[in-house]
Amino acid sequence: MADITHDVVHEEHTSTGLSSTKLAMWLFLASECMLFGGLITAYILYRGASLKGPYPQDVFDIGYTSVSSFILLASSLTMVFAHNAALDKDFARMRLWLTGTAMLGLTFVGGQVFEFTTFYHEGLSISTNLFGTTFYVLTGFHGVHVTVGILMLLILVVMSWRGSLSEDTAFPVEMVGLYWHFVDIVWIVIFTLVYLIPTPQK
Amino acid sequence: MTTEHDTPDPVNGDAAHAPAPAHAEYHPSSREYIRVALILVVLTCLEVWLSYSSISGTKLIAMLLTLTLTKFLMVVGYFMHLKFDSGRFSRLFALGAIGAFTLYVVVLLMFGVWGK
Repeated sequence: MADITHDVVHEEHTSTGLSSTKLAMWLFLASECMLFGGLITAYILYRGASLKGPYPQDVFDIGYTSVSSFILLASSLTMVFAHNAALDKDFARMRLWLTGTAMLGLTFVGGQVFEFTTFYHEGLSISTNLFGTTFYVLTGFHGVHVTVGILMLLILVVMSWRGSLSEDTAFPVEMVGLYWHFVDIVWIVIFTLVYLIPTPQK
Repeated sequence: MTTEHDTPDPVNGDAAHAPAPAHAEYHPSSREYIRVALILVVLTCLEVWLSYSSISGTKLIAMLLTLTLTKFLMVVGYFMHLKFDSGRFSRLFALGAIGAFTLYVVVLLMFGVWGK
């Protein structure tokens, strides 16, 4: 594993001196804060307001969700390794880490599908109660974001394989990485607010 | 009238007019990333342990939120490079994140969530 410090400049001559693409990505991520903020607020607003079960404490398995959280955290680490490999212009290693990140993401989404299926069999659907509605919408939206991230990672791998990435390969990897890490921080917040903070009893 | 700004730089030509790149970006090494990831794992373990512990109520919520905020800032700062990148990116993201947080806290206060 390379252990070097990179000093890199992605040069783009703009009036701000900053990359417009990167600026747009940060602006997009800022707007995503608004989206997830709304969904999290709706969940908090209706916490403990369900008139009938199943309630969170009936269905949540903290141990299982903790493992999912560790998987997503690990995927953030593999993502920065992919970026470092791209900076080193070691494209084989970059593809390996990108594929690894996609696989970890896929494991997370698979775990979420399993969790949803289990909850459904325990009687919690999106229309059962307020908890079901807000929970499935919030975590489902996050799952869709992870899936989009996986697709972007795989597209990067295929493009790199076919040699259709530009000379500055590290830049698209960094942009996809920003999105991927954002998905991770959203989960950090969801994990605490939805799973770890106990729901008030009626 | 030709001013000093209109005169092309005889050495660098038009490039002299383009703003210089913000600064050389510093990228942490793999070892630094592993260190950050290990801290994140420890903090997550601590969160899970807290949720099973006898600590409850406001104290538990405050501790969990502090740990979550620390993890959030570590990922944004190190993995997303905001700590080493131009301050403009940080301000842009902070605008969305703090804006969303403020807006939704006001919404929750209006609905009296903490008064229930």
